Amino acid sequence: MNDKISNIINKIYKISAALPQINIMEVCGTHTMAIVKNCLRQILPSKINLISGPGCPVCVTSNSDIDNIIELSEERKNYIFSFGDMLKVPGSKTSLYEKRSEGANIKLCYSPADALDFAVNNPEINVIFIAIGFETTAPLTAVLIKRAFQNNIGNFFIYNIHKLVPPAIQFLLDSESKNNIHAFLCPGHVCAVTGSIPFDFIARNYRKPCVISGFSPEDILESIYMILKQIVMDKPSAEIQYKWVVKEKGNQYALKCINEVFETGRSYWRGIGVIENSGLILKNEFKNFDAKKWFKIKDKNIPEPKLCICGDIMQGKKKPFECLLFGKKCTPDKPVGPCMVSSEGTCAAYFKYEINKT
Amino acid sequence: MEQNIKNQKLNENRILLSHGDGGIKTSELINSLILKYFDNKILSRLEDSAVISGIENTKLAYTTDSFVVKPIFFPGGDIGKLCICGTINDLATSGAVPAVLSMGLIIEEGLEVNILEKILESAGKVLKESNTNIVTGDTKVVEKNSMDRIFINTSGIGFIKDSVNISPARIKPGDKILINGSIAEHGLAVLSSRPEFSFKTNIVSDCAPLNSLIEDILKISDKVHALRDATRGGIATVLIELSEKSHTLFDVFEEKIPVKREARSLCEFLGLDPLYIANEGKMLIFVDASHADKVLDAMKKNKYCHNSLIIGEVIKKMEFGAVAYKTKIGTTRFLDKFYSEQLPRIC
Repeated sequence: MNDKISNIINKIYKISAALPQINIMEVCGTHTMAIVKNCLRQILPSKINLISGPGCPVCVTSNSDIDNIIELSEERKNYIFSFGDMLKVPGSKTSLYEKRSEGANIKLCYSPADALDFAVNNPEINVIFIAIGFETTAPLTAVLIKRAFQNNIGNFFIYNIHKLVPPAIQFLLDSESKNNIHAFLCPGHVCAVTGSIPFDFIARNYRKPCVISGFSPEDILESIYMILKQIVMDKPSAEIQYKWVVKEKGNQYALKCINEVFETGRSYWRGIGVIENSGLILKNEFKNFDAKKWFKIKDKNIPEPKLCICGDIMQGKKKPFECLLFGKKCTPDKPVGPCMVSSEGTCAAYFKYEINKT
Repeated sequence: MEQNIKNQKLNENRILLSHGDGGIKTSELINSLILKYFDNKILSRLEDSAVISGIENTKLAYTTDSFVVKPIFFPGGDIGKLCICGTINDLATSGAVPAVLSMGLIIEEGLEVNILEKILESAGKVLKESNTNIVTGDTKVVEKNSMDRIFINTSGIGFIKDSVNISPARIKPGDKILINGSIAEHGLAVLSSRPEFSFKTNIVSDCAPLNSLIEDILKISDKVHALRDATRGGIATVLIELSEKSHTLFDVFEEKIPVKREARSLCEFLGLDPLYIANEGKMLIFVDASHADKVLDAMKKNKYCHNSLIIGEVIKKMEFGAVAYKTKIGTTRFLDKFYSEQLPRIC
């Protein structure tokens, strides 16, 4: 163990000595992965209980949205452009990955700009980009929509499932979960865009500490120490640990792009339900880019698979090991719920890194 | 078959279906390109089978592999270099000295001749460096759009000295685990040259023939127990397979595993794990602890292996085998096989 880590761990042990069990929700899927990959629970005091939250955009995408995208892919003229994680998420019957093997035009992209370029170069094809993610990826989508609008690109669309993190946290704090969560480890990349101000309400209105953390093990441990310090001092605030990336007011240009193209609206979070003002909806002048509206796709309201408890896991109520399907009927090879498929899904993280071999 | 005419040139700029039909055009292709880069006494007979004589009471290693890499040219190599290195390295991991190879070409109609020539030239260079030959082969051409440019199958035969016994079954507690350099570069180099990948990077494939490395270390040590090249699935997959086959527990240290800074950054950016990314010039070597240092010294003298190091050790016998990964921060987790190719994250 290096000196820096040793020092932080010693400080954590010292400051938490007189505290009861502290439940810290780590909201972001990337934090979930970093925590299990580095086995941080092995070196933290057992009274520090890390709970995974709903900060994995793939994990909160509904069956119905996957089915809708699959329906769009069945038209030969439609090309679906997607980030990799979405390909294997199961819908009610199949996945985009399997549809691709049957010949559907589904393309992996690393940059959403590739989707727009393809649309410009292939005017006879309908290009539909799966616009997924929180505030981190929404600015990219907004820039593309603006560019497509300015250049009159009539064959570029988005299947829009962008969501916002602060309303989801508020939802949890207004629900029965609030008593179970003592503090929040907040997502560093989302806050690089939003800044810390949208997360102030956690401390101001609910008196829960919240620290915006980077992603290295040192960052996460330091953030946990900062949370414990706030608890001991009884001075909750939205504090920034990830200082070299996150500023209080965030990235003003990115926020301006989002606000030009999107407005907030209700959004359905898989396993949780509808959360008001938690989704980004295209403003009226950009409605023609909305694939669901343009192609008149209707939601199917398919129930989620029985016994799948992704929703409880994402709200911090249960851990993956408590799911009857985990590791048996639900594995990375044959996932039942999206938490097992996404590279930031809690179940995927636990399956990959926390199954004990000995 | 007509008498081969050296230095014949192809009239066409693109490969035609007739170049694969076994007639005059096939002869022209063989004479002008294949023999140009692969000429040797056995191949030049252009018989249906290569007859290799003088083998008695020797162990043979025999391997085959097919190459469908996309794109066919990538930083640090191409499908030609890759197919020869891949087969040579597969032979070398058995402790065999590669002797002869076959090559089967399947070419899409319309492939530019100069592209094919570059690929064959590249393969020829590796054959020369590794002192091996293509002694038999086949060429087929299929209609345009029925496949993706070119696929290659190579198989190879190597000879194993009686005194050499390389096998996962020989791995035992106390063995040191060595690697000849940094990981994840081949997979990232190929990824970075795909059209949908718009990031610029300086990473190049580590594609290299390692038969000379293996010959060198087997000359100076009879306590090398197992070898494996860490191709698809990366070093993690190879380590897990070997732990299972040998029913042993390995300890592998994160801080010892060399990953170049740019490779690590790219992996973090894309949500990939370098342990699971393909290599084409990396060998894992299991050697008795008493010989580890001298094997390491011998490795460092090889031009592909200056950054060789010890990354772990075999701890004890264990029924199902396992690989305990010791992180930089002093925690331990167990490596597991991945279920399919890694996908980049969203946010």
